Amino acid sequence: MVDNFSDKKRSRRQFLAGAAAFGTGATTAGSLSASGDDPLITEVQEWAQITGDGVDATPYGLPIEFEKDVVRRNVGWLTADTISSINFSPIHALEGTITPQGCAFERHHSGAIELRKEDYRLMINGLVDQELVFTYEDLERFPREQHVYFCECAANTGMEWAGAQLNGVQFTHGMIHNMEYIGVPLRTLLNEAGLNAAGNLKGKWIFVEGADASSNGRSIPMEKALDDVLVAFKANGEALRKEHGYPVRLVVPGWEGNMWVKWLRRVEVMDRPVESREETSKYTDTLADGTSRKWTWAMDAKSVVTSPSPQSPITHGRGPLVISGLAWSGRGSIKRVDVSVDGGKNWNEARLAEPGTKMALTRFYLDVDWNGVEMFLQSRAHDDTGYVQPSKEELRKVRGLNSIYHNNCIQTWWIRSNGEVENVEIS
Amino acid sequence: MLKSRDLFIVSFVCVFGVFFVASNFADRFITRLPEDPKIVSKDLDLDFQLIAAAQASVVRPRDGKFDLGRIATRKEIAAWDRDISPDGTGLPVGSGDAIDGEEIFSERCAFCHGDFAEGLDNWPELAGGLDTLADEDPVKTVGSYWPYLSTTWDYVKRSMPFGYAQSLTDDEVYATVAYILYSNDLIDEDFVLSNESFFDVEMPNANGFIIDDRKISESHFWNKKVCMSDCKTDVKITMRAAVLDVTPEDE
Repeated sequence: MVDNFSDKKRSRRQFLAGAAAFGTGATTAGSLSASGDDPLITEVQEWAQITGDGVDATPYGLPIEFEKDVVRRNVGWLTADTISSINFSPIHALEGTITPQGCAFERHHSGAIELRKEDYRLMINGLVDQELVFTYEDLERFPREQHVYFCECAANTGMEWAGAQLNGVQFTHGMIHNMEYIGVPLRTLLNEAGLNAAGNLKGKWIFVEGADASSNGRSIPMEKALDDVLVAFKANGEALRKEHGYPVRLVVPGWEGNMWVKWLRRVEVMDRPVESREETSKYTDTLADGTSRKWTWAMDAKSVVTSPSPQSPITHGRGPLVISGLAWSGRGSIKRVDVSVDGGKNWNEARLAEPGTKMALTRFYLDVDWNGVEMFLQSRAHDDTGYVQPSKEELRKVRGLNSIYHNNCIQTWWIRSNGEVENVEIS
Repeated sequence: MLKSRDLFIVSFVCVFGVFFVASNFADRFITRLPEDPKIVSKDLDLDFQLIAAAQASVVRPRDGKFDLGRIATRKEIAAWDRDISPDGTGLPVGSGDAIDGEEIFSERCAFCHGDFAEGLDNWPELAGGLDTLADEDPVKTVGSYWPYLSTTWDYVKRSMPFGYAQSLTDDEVYATVAYILYSNDLIDEDFVLSNESFFDVEMPNANGFIIDDRKISESHFWNKKVCMSDCKTDVKITMRAAVLDVTPEDE
């Protein structure tokens, strides 16, 4: 059906014949003259004669116009208003692992606010030796760390519990981004305030909230707070964007995005969780019998093929095909990804672009020689805790259909022989 | 702070201007301001003393390694530390009933949540849904789902009304919460909700939650021996997203 590309070499003639047969992918071949010469090469093109833009034409550059479809998108019917809503990263069109800030998904509860660094204050209070207030400038004077982490909304893939619903990986899996953060470990700030007053740290909590109108308070166990939580002020080399919490956000590696409080203004050390709205009425997972799980913070291991996918169909016809995807785990690093092209009958171990790192996206590839027959593409992630990404059926068996959050099931794309792709469920 | 609040109101009115009368908001904004100037200045004096004490850190070293930041004043902590815990910690003295609450609710909340807290359009419903959590379509409201009353008080005070958060007085929050409880048939209309009567209210789903048990209930997802070839014989499509056709399209 489909061979690993390395297993079989096809002649260029066969490949071109295949592409021409599909029509859609025959752009290059179609523009050749009868002699086989490409006018893009044989004729002097405009861009090779006149001059282009000078420096400073765009002091801060945006992607070239030809990439204007690579943008965040919203699903209008999901929420009542964009001020309290979410949109989706265009992961069907991105490569590698770092998400550019400008197209990294947004989730606001009361809109993205404009908070100047000069007006920024961070308070540490509660069970600490000295209740402190830091300015933005203060934060920049503490020793910094740099880490790449994914941030996934707990509701990512949440619309797919009851069945295949949205036809695009941007919509099924795009509530995720992956950035290189610079910040101060929360541990450093808590130690600066002093934790002697908290006594035995076991069973202690922090409560974190933002400066926006929702303030989006969340409780985090002290163990995590002292482990790898970061108070971040830069991402991907530059300041955080407004929509991601400028000037300072919390980074809670591997845990659901709702805990990554934006415009972080206060950290309170407590002897109990607050049980705020965002950790009781929302971000709790209702099981089939009506009871609900709470404190389901870690994002389970998950993967998805980003291309081909419904928004990224195969346009080049048969022959060499790069199957490209993303894998991640909130509990550690990705060790392995399996890919199936036949709906799970047979699996191939995919190639990881780089070894997986903790709580960060890992890019995987399967390079195949596609012979034009339909495929059912799936991927299955394994993390370093031994967790294996479950099928939708396996997940439903434990959780029912109404969990909303934490859907990390195996995704199926139906690739038709014309290269079009659709989100489906299979037996 | 006032400046940013002004900006908020402006942006809110811009977005919702079609539905809201701006003068209505302006009125509310004015009623928010009065405060006893004597008390404010007294607190300020105390603050200055505390700041002075903090700045004298050369003679009174702090425990912190870096000696960065400054000591928070009592008034600053009181202004931001408003979270309410399930055991009632943080609840201010105050009271309100559903009758007062109805007036506040219809004026400031019903625009999104409906007159009877039933929720309009896609905005959250706050009442009803009792005994639906195991249904095909559970209705999750304060009455049917929220385990702690403290959460409602905390959230209404902290984040509501949408577009003009932190504008309700403590008594108004008690009254609004009372109205939400009344809409859920959890209290009578003459029940006065206060910091003292708070725990007379029983939340129906108080015992409806379990702590994350994935490592036990889903232990079979770990160290699973995976099949790599001839894992199944038949693959049939059982559902197609294109048939449902709810994917947004670019214009």
